[in-house]
Amino acid sequence: MMHQLVPLAYIIATALFVFALHWMNAPVTARRGVYAGVAGMVLAILATWAQPEVVHHQWIILAIIAGFVVGVPLSRVPLTAVPQRTALSHAFGGLAAGLVGTAEYYLWLSEAPENLTTFRMVAIIAEILLGFLTFTGSLMAAGKLQEVKWIPQRPVTYPLQNVTNLGLLGVAAVAGVALVLHPTAIWAASVFPVIIALALLFGVLLIIPIGGADMPTVIAILNAYAGLSAVAMGFVLDNKLLITAGALDGSSGLILAVIMCKAMNRSFANVLFGAFGQVQQIKAGGDQKVYKAETIEGGAQVLEQANSVVIIPGYGMAVAQAQHKVRELYDQLKKRGIGVRFAIHPVAGRMPGHMNVLLAEANIPYTDLVEMDEINPDLPQTDVALVVGANDVVNPAARTDKSSPIYGMPIIDADKARTVFAIKRSKNPGFAGIDNELYFSDKTWMLFGDAKNVIGDLVKQLAGGSGLH
Amino acid sequence: MQSVDFWNQLFVFVLASFIGLGVIRRVSRLLHTPLMSITNAISAIAVVGSIIVTGADYPRPIRIMGAIALFASMTNIVSGFLITDRMLKMFKTEGKPRQDGRR
Repeated sequence: MMHQLVPLAYIIATALFVFALHWMNAPVTARRGVYAGVAGMVLAILATWAQPEVVHHQWIILAIIAGFVVGVPLSRVPLTAVPQRTALSHAFGGLAAGLVGTAEYYLWLSEAPENLTTFRMVAIIAEILLGFLTFTGSLMAAGKLQEVKWIPQRPVTYPLQNVTNLGLLGVAAVAGVALVLHPTAIWAASVFPVIIALALLFGVLLIIPIGGADMPTVIAILNAYAGLSAVAMGFVLDNKLLITAGALDGSSGLILAVIMCKAMNRSFANVLFGAFGQVQQIKAGGDQKVYKAETIEGGAQVLEQANSVVIIPGYGMAVAQAQHKVRELYDQLKKRGIGVRFAIHPVAGRMPGHMNVLLAEANIPYTDLVEMDEINPDLPQTDVALVVGANDVVNPAARTDKSSPIYGMPIIDADKARTVFAIKRSKNPGFAGIDNELYFSDKTWMLFGDAKNVIGDLVKQLAGGSGLH
Repeated sequence: MQSVDFWNQLFVFVLASFIGLGVIRRVSRLLHTPLMSITNAISAIAVVGSIIVTGADYPRPIRIMGAIALFASMTNIVSGFLITDRMLKMFKTEGKPRQDGRR
């Protein structure tokens, strides 16, 4: 009886997971997706736990309790920290896959070597390689995002970096092939940890040369790896629920990575092996151009007289924690009947969709959060484009300057609006170190200062002004 | 494991990937961050493998590895679903959250 119930439970769980993702296609149904996901997971856990071979329950209960103790606080992090939480969870996913693969290998090696067939060994090697490299790679990514002191933020490069990395992976692959061919040789039990060590090292080396602006892509790629390591576990354990759920996660990571790469006009290989941050330094210097600065009073006046305003947020808005002030500005403008919308670039922020979540938290209706492709045709008819903490995603050099490292990247057409205001902390170039032509354009006015203070002052000015009428 | 099982598994994997690509391509771009956290939670289905390794009558070192894996997966499940729900609650239309958006 039990033998039929478990596969049935797994099939229902798979269906629930598919529905969970299907319901994510619109904000109105998305929460239903969470409930479906939880139901599927609970069902899968109970069905597995009830299997007759599970005889020790104490450790299971302890591990589950520990999971709650750590998991609940991790779900309460501020939304600016969501990218590092996500990276951390990829690390946990990779670790789980790597450990289960290791456990199964040594178990079968000592108790049932006949289980170590060629197919299964290939799956085990794939599982531990993907699992452990995702583990350290994601930990590094989380550390960079959290700005942990001893992890360098800037891309670290050295001569022959890619050769070294690929060489390491090659050695791991050769060791893997040797194990697949002779899974039970005398030396096998000691070669296995070597593969683990190489995978752990490769994960670190893979992330070291990657800079903050590339994090959305890298997080998506690590997401795909974490999913694929679960698939490999499914192959090892002959468990179709693991294969299907892992495949869903893997395809999600893949699609997000493709979207991020397209939004930067770059390839996977270029993100992973390109060391983006290094290229730009040559561009500095050149002829000195002049910014036109605008006062808060002047800025508020122009905003007040506009019919339509498009706000273009970037990671700088999150760094300055300015999203709640932005909401106040939104309210002030809306109150005057001015149309206000937000233009969201796919790679704005540190992970896919990051800006949307930050603005939704500040209570801005999601109907006013508009994707790049949808809002670009409207920008020529827009009175004011207000750039808050964004830089590369509004840089017209992406359209015109073939020598620019961001040439070809789709951008938000802020420069086509009638007037542009750009809030900028200092007169230095932005994250990628590239000069932004937009700031020197005839219709652009700079508002220098911390984004939170500048917008706060604009709000005060607007609120004061309306009081006089 | 027979090679027949292997082909079955590969078949399931390919089909599931196509379902995943089809379903996820239609996810609203607004929700890509919550999408990532819910797929994190779902891929923590590795919990299923960890429960067996932890709970079966295996040598102690094997079960310790299983218990750590179980803890890591459980953390992802709990924090993944909770934070997804927390973020989704924030997505509102004008004013109060409305229930009239049913399709």
